[in-house]
Amino acid sequence: MDELGGEQAIRLLATMWRIRLFEERVGQLVRAGEIDGLIHLSTGQEGVAAAVCSQLRDDDHVYSGHRAHGHAIAQGASLGRVMAELMGRDTGLCRGLGGSMHLVDVEHGFMGATGVVGGNVPIALGSALAARLRGLDTVSVVFFGDGAVQAGHFTETVNLATLWRLPLILVCENNGFAEFTPRSAHTVVERVSDVVAPYGLGRVTVDGNDVQATWDAFGGFLQSARAGGGPFLLECLTHRVRGHYEGDPGRYREALAEEEWQEKDPIIRLERHGVAEEWFAEDELRGVAAGAAEEVEDAVRFGRESPLPPAGIVESMVYADA
Amino acid sequence: MIAAINRTLAEAMRGDERVLVLGEDVAEGGPYTATAGLAEEFGTERVVNTPISEAAITGVAIGAAQAGLRPVLEIMFVDFLTLALDQLVNAAAKAHFMSGGQLTVPLVLRTQGGAGQRGAAQHSQSLESWLTHVPGLKVVMPSRAVDAAGLLATAIADPNPVVFVECKTLYFRKEDVPEQLPSVPLGRASVLREGGDVTIVALSRLVHDALAAAKRLAADDGIEAEVIDPRTLVPLDLEAIVASVERTGRLVVAHEAVEHGGFGAEVVARVQEAAFDSLDAPIARVGAPFAPVPFSGPLEDAYLAGADEIVAAVRGLR
Repeated sequence: MDELGGEQAIRLLATMWRIRLFEERVGQLVRAGEIDGLIHLSTGQEGVAAAVCSQLRDDDHVYSGHRAHGHAIAQGASLGRVMAELMGRDTGLCRGLGGSMHLVDVEHGFMGATGVVGGNVPIALGSALAARLRGLDTVSVVFFGDGAVQAGHFTETVNLATLWRLPLILVCENNGFAEFTPRSAHTVVERVSDVVAPYGLGRVTVDGNDVQATWDAFGGFLQSARAGGGPFLLECLTHRVRGHYEGDPGRYREALAEEEWQEKDPIIRLERHGVAEEWFAEDELRGVAAGAAEEVEDAVRFGRESPLPPAGIVESMVYADA
Repeated sequence: MIAAINRTLAEAMRGDERVLVLGEDVAEGGPYTATAGLAEEFGTERVVNTPISEAAITGVAIGAAQAGLRPVLEIMFVDFLTLALDQLVNAAAKAHFMSGGQLTVPLVLRTQGGAGQRGAAQHSQSLESWLTHVPGLKVVMPSRAVDAAGLLATAIADPNPVVFVECKTLYFRKEDVPEQLPSVPLGRASVLREGGDVTIVALSRLVHDALAAAKRLAADDGIEAEVIDPRTLVPLDLEAIVASVERTGRLVVAHEAVEHGGFGAEVVARVQEAAFDSLDAPIARVGAPFAPVPFSGPLEDAYLAGADEIVAAVRGLR
């Protein structure tokens, strides 16, 4: 397992900034009417995406849920093509046919998001089954929220994954809210890692806004899964800064005070951590956010300048050519 | 038919190591022996028994297909497909489309439906019309062993999700099956009897009833019926049906499923759009009443349409 250190930490910061600023811009564009549809932002949860995906390869398979921009970006998707997809353009990752909840970027191993809560959990297991049968050392990772854990297909999949001992890593981003309701209103089991305890798989709960802790926990599971071990469950306690979707009035929760958020923000925390560990000096970080901001603006420009998909695309994409 | 399916699965597994079979009890052969002997020849890595988790195993098959395998998933009864519909409808059917063509799902979902074995309402349904309503799925419904074999081979080679709906009461029907089982393309109907007076389009079990009805109509009424088995509902060989109706001027559509909202309604609509001027009589449908399949033997027998109902429907076309 790779230790988290200076250059790698700066790359993680860059990834988190790209996600943070990309999504902030997406929020603005939603309000400005330039992006339509159901948009779920992961602001505040970027640390998990960065710590997990930056340890994966392009031939690993990553699946996500409806809050997926960060995972696609962390896995290497082009900001421009994600933005173009959100804008419904022909140059989007999915040619404007998928949208925010259905991003796919096969080139980087991002096998897809889904609008069905927990729907990709068994699909990721199927990809792990294929890896084993094909004799590959690739690993399948699926991100989901704590809301997915109460769905039947989640438990069915955990049962199968442990029965078959497949190289699947389940990554739960537990932000404490399933859509609009706190976890305590959906289940009596507070920790997702406790839900799966009877199955005896490797499992741990970490502070998902602590990038070092998330990196280390995931890295350990990954090393083992690469060698054929698994499955594993990594529960990352995190915090969703925005509502369930853009436009959510958020009456069900209290916003964190600015000072309180400073203590939780995974970006600020990794910056402080890196300086304390002497991985880098504070002034070395100055260009990181600015570089990401520039990339985001390029992505917006790319999306705006891109053509809409041709009308005939709808009927022509229903089936793959036999 | 079951032996032809079994042979085709074995041949597909021999010919392509990406093919795997999974489902409940498949390594033991399943309740109708469709997968008998496969685990012995190919091992339980490729003939995978699963728990009774229809949603998850359908998702597993989709993920395996997206990752380069060619899974043949068995859902033991079409009635239990209800538990797998999220994965089938929301994931399998749409993955190619929603990914802008990046993903393909070369999955065959084998299942079986139909009544006639006193299985009662939860083990006897014909739900194929639901599936035909979902863009992205292909739907196959063979009536004869030779077609089941040929269509299954084609379905396994197809890059799209194909739902292969077999009929439990046809599994052990005595049929002559040639040594070589030629592959059959999806979307091509089969004209099983030629006739100039009326066209009968029938699905699955009702194909055999239609042939029996045609024989009686010829003997008793001097009516020569043309019997067409579409074999695949999606894609549908509308051309063959329309060409026949243009000659005969009359059409009866017959299936075991509940008539209301059944696939027959789609055939009727499409034919009247394409060949209204050729029709000499309103199109008639034969199917089940709008009720669940009853358990009690005489009630089930009365519930199911067969040759008598087809004969009556043809005689009613005036």
